[in-house]
Amino acid sequence: MEIIIEFISSLLMMLPPSGKEFLAAVSDATCRAIREAEIRLPPDVVAAIREAARNETSDIARQELGHILENIALAGHLGVPICQDTGVPVVYLTVPPAVPVTADLMEAVAEGVRKATREIPLRPNAVLPLERVNSGDNTGPGMPAVHIRPGRRLEITVLPKGAGAENMSRLAMLLPTEQDRIPLFVAETMLIAGGRPCPPVVLGVGIGGTFDGVAALAKEALLEPIDTMEPFEQELCDAVNALGIGPMGLGGKTTALAVKVKTASCHTASLPVAVNVQCWAARRATREVIW
Amino acid sequence: MNPIDLKTPLSREVLDLRAGDQVTLSGTVYTARDEAHLRMMEDGIPFDPEGAAVYHCGPVISGSRIIAAGPTTSARLNRLTGFLLDAGVRALIGKGGMSSQVADQLSGRGVYLALTGGCAVLAASRMTLRGVYYEDLGMAEAIWIIELDRLPLVVGIDSHGGDLFGTVAQEANLQFDRRYTM
Repeated sequence: MEIIIEFISSLLMMLPPSGKEFLAAVSDATCRAIREAEIRLPPDVVAAIREAARNETSDIARQELGHILENIALAGHLGVPICQDTGVPVVYLTVPPAVPVTADLMEAVAEGVRKATREIPLRPNAVLPLERVNSGDNTGPGMPAVHIRPGRRLEITVLPKGAGAENMSRLAMLLPTEQDRIPLFVAETMLIAGGRPCPPVVLGVGIGGTFDGVAALAKEALLEPIDTMEPFEQELCDAVNALGIGPMGLGGKTTALAVKVKTASCHTASLPVAVNVQCWAARRATREVIW
Repeated sequence: MNPIDLKTPLSREVLDLRAGDQVTLSGTVYTARDEAHLRMMEDGIPFDPEGAAVYHCGPVISGSRIIAAGPTTSARLNRLTGFLLDAGVRALIGKGGMSSQVADQLSGRGVYLALTGGCAVLAASRMTLRGVYYEDLGMAEAIWIIELDRLPLVVGIDSHGGDLFGTVAQEANLQFDRRYTM
């Protein structure tokens, strides 16, 4: 029976969606994804912070992580955002063949951001870069930052990005012969950042692609669950943790909860590397749009 | 280790604190970010600064309720802090630490207390709103008068030149150099 329902619904999803109801469903799913991300951290992130709290030996580091866990629990209990910096909206859409990518679709996502800003509520953070005029609703030219890729279902993933950690992110165009400088560049990024990006952090590392693409890769790496790491990711994570910056820059074993790497092919004469710094509030959530 | 309980107005007791001590703070604090500091420098401090605590924070307030009130990055106020300490302020509260210049200004006078960054709901759960100055600066930049109930903090910079953030940063630099620049 379930198979039949699944089959019929997948047939229906092949019909192109239309009209206001579909766009309202997109706005609604965007808003629901933002609400989930702002109030509840993904289980893999909470588990990583718990694990870090168990591993720390200094009183101060343990207390800092204890405060973070208490704060996460309180936010969930009260249904309010984890941090007062509710970030700017970074949105990833997977779009199935039946859904045309139109200006209306983009506007529906933006409308979801406005709705979330009013209803949750979020702090309005989006300003024009030179005029510093705040739109009041977390949208504006190029905001939300929307990334689109093909998929089987229409899924909306949000990654609200706070400024404290984003401001510490870096990019380097290394030489192809400088592969061994990648760990140095990653560790150096955290050395410069110190306690400012609210460690323990998650580092998204992009390697390869183009100048603009490598930054996008680094951010996409932050969408990956942090409960497993490849050997190279673990090596980078160990290099960062060897610095001893610790929770909030007050010293300790856990400066990074995890390092996640994403790669893309690049020019034979290039080796782009980007590090996107994410605070401990590694917020992300996905909602599917059903029409 | 039991934390040391402090209450505003603070007296010379803060001079006994050492970087790394865990404390709780109760009593009145005043929030202030960049804009509030600039206006206080021009118009004078609107509260009694003697023994006061200033909190680097732009809270989310709804009516008379504090929804979220985590610390902001204190380093932005490095060059705007001296006049507060000259006027008798005994404690600065924020995240990420402050410059060696501020550490010098705190010498023999007061302390910098670190609150866990991002813990906006935890902080708000220990707070009651009492009033506001400079509301025209907007929610994030106004000075909110807040009553604290045992807010848990760590002494980041003490009044004897001890600076936990500085020590950790120095050690991190050493580790980095050992690994990559030999």
